[in-house]
Amino acid sequence: MSAVSNPVHLSTEQYTFSGTGEVYSYTTVLDSPAGFEDQAPYVLALVKLDEGPIVTAQITDLDGSLEIGDRVEMVTRKLTTEGPQGMIVYGYKFRKVLQQS
Amino acid sequence: MQNVSIIGIGRIPVGEHWDSSLRELAAAAVQEAFTDAGIQEVDAVYIANAYGTSVSSQSHLGALIADFIGLRGVETFTIEAADASGGAALRAGYLAVASGMAQRVLVLGVEKLTDAVAGSRVQGRNVSLDADHEAIHGATLPALAALLMRRYMYEYGVDLSAFEGFSLNAHTNGKLNQYAMYRNTLRPGTFAKAPMVAEPVNLFDMAPDADGAAALVLAPSEQAVDMVSTPVRILGSAVSTDAFMLQDREDLLYLQAAHDSALKAYRQAGIAASDVDVFEVHDAFTILSALTLEATGFAERGQGWALASEQGQPISLNGTIPISTFGGLKSRGNPAGATGIYQAVEACLQLRREAGPNQVKGATTALIQNLGGLGSTAITHILRV
Repeated sequence: MSAVSNPVHLSTEQYTFSGTGEVYSYTTVLDSPAGFEDQAPYVLALVKLDEGPIVTAQITDLDGSLEIGDRVEMVTRKLTTEGPQGMIVYGYKFRKVLQQS
Repeated sequence: MQNVSIIGIGRIPVGEHWDSSLRELAAAAVQEAFTDAGIQEVDAVYIANAYGTSVSSQSHLGALIADFIGLRGVETFTIEAADASGGAALRAGYLAVASGMAQRVLVLGVEKLTDAVAGSRVQGRNVSLDADHEAIHGATLPALAALLMRRYMYEYGVDLSAFEGFSLNAHTNGKLNQYAMYRNTLRPGTFAKAPMVAEPVNLFDMAPDADGAAALVLAPSEQAVDMVSTPVRILGSAVSTDAFMLQDREDLLYLQAAHDSALKAYRQAGIAASDVDVFEVHDAFTILSALTLEATGFAERGQGWALASEQGQPISLNGTIPISTFGGLKSRGNPAGATGIYQAVEACLQLRREAGPNQVKGATTALIQNLGGLGSTAITHILRV
């Protein structure tokens, strides 16, 4: 049996990403959890950032189709509301990079 | 170290048990397992349950269920590893007996998911995702499976119909299993037309959430032979973990924990994948069946789906590597924390030649793999008679 060889990571450091990347995979969520019913159906994606890491986030402002490899950029949006009287949670989503004409 | 055997098995039909509580479901499975083992007392009870807190509003199942089933005073607590909780509890029971700290252990899996419906059930299930980086974005388990599946289809150039064979096989076997939740057969061609849950994952792609309870009684192998006619030996037992989130996997299309835990179990048992007669896979989604077969030595990378499509049907009861022999999660149903125990019960029935119409002829070695999340936890057991 082999022991786990990874060193334990106990320290973290802040890093600011450029906020741009491409769609690595995506899905349209129809059966949503409580708190997301108003948004369904919505598009969830794995976005591969230009710096390398992948993040899980919604694709917003989508007009038309989406394909793996599409260029996307980060935007700040409302993610969910914790009930009618509850806190509004803001966070990152991504949208397709607009083509310059 | 003592060798460990399974000397008793019990389970209730998987389905929607709206008229029974967690403890009542548990009691029925335990009673059957105790009768099967011919005992009434144990040294410890390990209970697998994943969503008692979030769906059933009930925690502390150890003392609760022990009290209800007449075992007040016994050592007991809950073990949780999302949908791999069953495998984790079996692992704990195995360790307790192997170490010599216990001589009789009851391993129980119990779950009730169907009391919650629609968004509240999805939310209850979502506690097994990363709250800060997945669930907050509206991710769900089927949605994450869909992200995995779409990338697989993209990289290997296969379409949705490539996965149909897994669901057809599960339902063909589940139809014969009176404990299965959905005993209908799927007609070829209907699969790709099923309603979407999270594109490309459709309703026939994923296992139904269910209620259920199943139980095992463990004892040292040396004593087991004098207690029951066909004890089932646990030859291998291993747990491995991977990056918690899909987004952090070094290789998204390889279930590293499934590979690692299978390899550890193979080595402990002294067998190879080719020695396996029956494989109960964690087919919560068809993509998991394909990736599991690739990670555990039955298919090359990118070729797992082909085992469900090939002529000769290698995954069927008469095939070279029968999987989901009682319907798997897909047809038998997925009672989350109890699923791993159902897999073990079904493997025991195969090895004891008690599988009836689901019997795989001549089966002597069974492999069971139980996954938590999309393979963040992988727990493998190898059983043999």
